[in-house]
Amino acid sequence: MAKRAILGFLTLSLVVAAAFASFYVVPMERTMGPIQRIFYFHAASAWAGMTAFMICFVGNLLYVLRRQQKWDWLGVSAAEVGLAFTTIVLITGPIWARPVWGIWWTWDWRLTSTFVMWLLYISYLLLRTLIEEPDRRALLSALFGIFAFLDVPLVYFSIRWWRTQHPQPVVMGGPGSGLEPTMRKVFFFSVLAMHLLMILLLSERYKLEKMGGEVEDLRREAEA
Amino acid sequence: MKNFDSIFAAYLLGWAVFFGYYLSIGKRLSTLRADIERLKSSVGRGK
Repeated sequence: MAKRAILGFLTLSLVVAAAFASFYVVPMERTMGPIQRIFYFHAASAWAGMTAFMICFVGNLLYVLRRQQKWDWLGVSAAEVGLAFTTIVLITGPIWARPVWGIWWTWDWRLTSTFVMWLLYISYLLLRTLIEEPDRRALLSALFGIFAFLDVPLVYFSIRWWRTQHPQPVVMGGPGSGLEPTMRKVFFFSVLAMHLLMILLLSERYKLEKMGGEVEDLRREAEA
Repeated sequence: MKNFDSIFAAYLLGWAVFFGYYLSIGKRLSTLRADIERLKSSVGRGK
């Protein structure tokens, strides 16, 4: 309980500090102006979402190899949390794009692969609602989750491999790319804050899944 | 501030998703807690 409270307090403090820094610490971006400040929320959420999908992939893989329920719980929890972060990305992206590009959306590689990733993880969660038998549900969804993860590297590399309407990478983008030092520091601080938020949500979601397992066991016991 | 509406909308909607999601987890947790209590007492009665 104390650990959870500390994590909650730390997350809240960092998230508030990151929001404050993105408005009052970073300098104004010359081309886009104030709207560029969405970047610290949008891109940090995208990174946290992709980390959650990576955790989901690890959970799915370990379930297939070891068939332990805890890996299934981790997989589904991380998928749902990753989906929440990707939803933020898909909401904030078009709001940022409209004043800058003059359009809300375009079907370029980055935007399309992100949308497909979102659909794949929704399908992962829907698939689980269709299968009643727990072991079969866990195995089939783990296999589907491994397949769904194939899109995650595609999202990451899309702006490196193809010319897109979405900006080219400003972090780890190679020569000629990069951020102004204060922007870079605030960006990584925002990434840290969003990752802490992701861990907090994941631990709560995992607890929910574990309790769901307990309910299933008790139901079986009550019916026996 | 230029484009203030867009910045405000992005942050408002973004945080609404997080809070909504957090609340949904909390609600589901309390439902499961109640289920566990109910099932425990019914299992206890059956013994």
